Amino acid sequence: MAHADISRQSGQQLWSSPSTRALIFLALLSSAVWLGPTWTRVIPDALTFPIATTVGDALNWFAREATINGLAVKDMTRAVASFFDYIIESVVIVLSKGIYTGRGLNVTQAVPPLSWFAIAGAMVIAAYRFGGRSLAVVCAVCLGFLVIFGLWENAMVTLASVLVSVLLAMAIGLILGIWSYRSSNVENVTRGIMNVMQTVPIFSYLVPTLLLFGYGPSAALFATVLYALPPMVHNTVLALKSVPAEVTESGKMMGCHPRQLLWKVQLPAALAKLAVGMNQTIMMTLNMVIIASMIGAGGLGFDVLRALRKLDIGSGLEAGMGIVALAVVLDRLSQAAAHRAAHGQHRKPGQLPLWQLLAGWLVIATVAALVVGPLQSWPAAWQVSTAEFWNAAVTWINKELFDVLEAFRNFALLSVMRPFSAFLAAAPWTLVIGSVAALACVLGGWRLAALCTGFGMFIVITGYWAPAMNSVYLITISVTLAVLMGYPIGFWLATRPKAQGTAGFVLDTLQTLPTLVYLLPAVMLFRIGDVSAVIAVTLYATAPAVRYAMVGMAQVPKARLEAAEIAGATRWQTLIWVRLPSALPTLLIGINQTIMMAFSMLIIAALVGTKDLGQEVLIALNRSLVGEGIVAGLCVACLALICDALLKAAAARATSPARSRAQ
Amino acid sequence: MMDMRAQSAPVSTTSIKCENVWKVFGATPAEFEQAGGPEMDAEALQRKGWTAAVRDATFDISTGEVFVIMGLSGSGKSTIVRCLSRLIEPTNGRILVEGADLLKASPAELNDIRRRKMGMVFQHFALLPNRNVLGNIGFPLQIQGMPRAEYEARAREMVELVGLKGREDHFPDELSGGQQQRVGIARSLASDPAIWFLDEPFSALDPLIRSDLQDELLRLQQQLAKTVVFITHDLDEAIKIADRIAIMEEGRIVQIGSPEDLILHPANDYVSRFTRGVPRAKVVRAKTIMRPVDADEGEATAFVGPNDRIADVAEVLLQSGNLIAVRDDAGRTHGVIDREAFIRVLAGA
Repeated sequence: MAHADISRQSGQQLWSSPSTRALIFLALLSSAVWLGPTWTRVIPDALTFPIATTVGDALNWFAREATINGLAVKDMTRAVASFFDYIIESVVIVLSKGIYTGRGLNVTQAVPPLSWFAIAGAMVIAAYRFGGRSLAVVCAVCLGFLVIFGLWENAMVTLASVLVSVLLAMAIGLILGIWSYRSSNVENVTRGIMNVMQTVPIFSYLVPTLLLFGYGPSAALFATVLYALPPMVHNTVLALKSVPAEVTESGKMMGCHPRQLLWKVQLPAALAKLAVGMNQTIMMTLNMVIIASMIGAGGLGFDVLRALRKLDIGSGLEAGMGIVALAVVLDRLSQAAAHRAAHGQHRKPGQLPLWQLLAGWLVIATVAALVVGPLQSWPAAWQVSTAEFWNAAVTWINKELFDVLEAFRNFALLSVMRPFSAFLAAAPWTLVIGSVAALACVLGGWRLAALCTGFGMFIVITGYWAPAMNSVYLITISVTLAVLMGYPIGFWLATRPKAQGTAGFVLDTLQTLPTLVYLLPAVMLFRIGDVSAVIAVTLYATAPAVRYAMVGMAQVPKARLEAAEIAGATRWQTLIWVRLPSALPTLLIGINQTIMMAFSMLIIAALVGTKDLGQEVLIALNRSLVGEGIVAGLCVACLALICDALLKAAAARATSPARSRAQ
Repeated sequence: MMDMRAQSAPVSTTSIKCENVWKVFGATPAEFEQAGGPEMDAEALQRKGWTAAVRDATFDISTGEVFVIMGLSGSGKSTIVRCLSRLIEPTNGRILVEGADLLKASPAELNDIRRRKMGMVFQHFALLPNRNVLGNIGFPLQIQGMPRAEYEARAREMVELVGLKGREDHFPDELSGGQQQRVGIARSLASDPAIWFLDEPFSALDPLIRSDLQDELLRLQQQLAKTVVFITHDLDEAIKIADRIAIMEEGRIVQIGSPEDLILHPANDYVSRFTRGVPRAKVVRAKTIMRPVDADEGEATAFVGPNDRIADVAEVLLQSGNLIAVRDDAGRTHGVIDREAFIRVLAGA
């Protein structure tokens, strides 16, 4: 009797549960697609609109013909561009080129730039003051690498772009952040825009800036600033919100005016958190400056791109190492400086203020460099190049390991990738969108389903369905691999507290490396194509997977583990029944982050010849097709936003299973 | 010590006057007024979904007095002190600071009052992490536009006053909690305010450091004679430093009185539950339990001051006969204490 009641009840629950209804919906939909008209399987022409062309025409008109108050937009943007070109050029002159006089063959350097000796020395001194001997050694090694391998000049061109972009991005980000902090309406608007901006692929920023500002450093500058803005805005708001109420109150009680309160109390008190945003901004700027070499930023990124185009892996790897060296210096130095600024440490007796020390050093080093030539510019004869070595390595690999690599490549392509790609290409679009919507409905209700359907339909009507499915296939394979590799490593690391310090250092470094660098080893082993793309994306996306697995495991309350141990659970049982359920929300967010990282890398992977949305953006960039570039970029954003929404909903459900059951 | 304080505030002038102050979260003053204002009871407030953090607070604080507001967390004590400085806008009522209506002050006037008349010490110190000791202490003067040389000189004085000499260039992260609060105290006194708010200043410190800083506070107050509003949840601390204590329960002030009043005549069960554990002998003063001298009584052979605590005179009583005379500094005899009165206090009767 009682049994019957329960089973009837659970039967009713089963029928009324959202997942069952979703399954029924999908079954009906697939039979409809199976039997129904062709348009349910193949997107009809009537459903696609030439949105890209319209957007392109509008932007072209705006950039070339529009006038505001009688002033041509074109003239304004070009004026702005030349202004910023001028600023960047000045910094480049100081850091890298010096001033030249004369024409043609008679060009002579009238004033040399700051010598490598002066700049590198100043950075090492600052590093020593901020982070002690170990940081000074790290900086010296990295900067020494740039000097000895003849990468110094290009590195300084990159550094010049980074400096100008970072200052601009920080200034704008700070203003927007403060504005958002003060008004919740503004915050809602900026948060929405910034969320989309963070998912729009990196190349998409290049196309419109190219149109507005022309090929050159300032176009690269604007793309970079736009790209680096979201974390700065986001972190400024967070940092200001984290200022303890008491600190703000103390400022008010001392009689601060609103402006004094902000600049002298709240911002300084927020500095430690603000520093996180600054560091992220610097690293994103570096990443973008490297990519922006495609539209004239020059520097180390250009070397890598040129090498990739010529398939000259050796010099590509060398320039890539240079980027890594620069990234490590910028990351560690900015973190240490920000930490010092936020926390302060009193000067020991007899210690000079840092600025006096640096100014003194710059004078001495510059004089020394004028006397001793090699201190000014490292003689070419002393330069070491590893390009030959790397090329030899690549040749050796191709000769000796060819069979193994080729077998692996063929297996991956023919047995896994091609079939999966073909399956996705053939899947009826209505069924794909229907499945996503059903999943969204189960995880987060009908609103989420509507949102995901909307994003999906955008891809349909813009006509980018086929390349989008190609992106989905590459992302799925890469993320699966990254999670399969990263999570076990993270789980293992979580049980080895001693290894975590080192692991943290390695992960930090991997995550600060500009995306372009990741292409090099993949191309070295597997040449151009989807396999290389998947490997590069997987490499890039593994770091966040490892990190989140580690964090998730570390968050498991100790008391639960002890309870399991007392109950006599084996390690395996503890993992399955205690650790994994507790860590599930973090693990899901980890997958989300992995997917987001994979999307940002996938776009770069277009350089090694994929056929997905990234490639569409890249083609648009090369042919200056503004509309196509933007719309294809937005399609990538749509895919990313769908994944983001679904996984966040899943994580929310995993956090509070009771509440979602009650719904 | 008590004697000296009594002398330092001979004529009591009112420094802060708080009349029927309410703070109702969720309601604007107009909405509150419309819904019945001070007439609203707990039930009516709850129906509206409002929270009354302070209900109908009325008290006067005299110049130079140490006024302690005591209550458990959530009783509204922090809200009251913030109303007195308008860090939180009261919903209803009137606050007079040295005769001027604080709630009618314009933002600029309010700023000026805070700069010149008020200093505040916070529970978690609220120091600026990017400024060293000198920079933190000089900050309130700096924002008033004082030249650097002047405010640094003043800050150095304050550093010495709170006993931090030699650490002028240390940053907050390099100081212990007790040292950080010394900086907080010095900063709050830098512009020599007449009114000194202390919001649970020692709650975040270890017991020993807390006790040190309480002594330090009493020393400073003896020297500076500020009007002190001191918030705490610790009755022992309140008794140690207070001239008068206001006890709060759920937003309402249930009793205001001297430490002895609260212990000897608790207004209700709530107060007596609080004070039950306090050793009376450490609170009750000689003058409270003395009786007039009977003519036929013998001459007392020992003397105590009228403000001496019973615990401190026990030794005197043991060594003398039955009687102790209560005499002030001028040598005038106010009365006598006998063993019986003494034992009554200890027995809690």
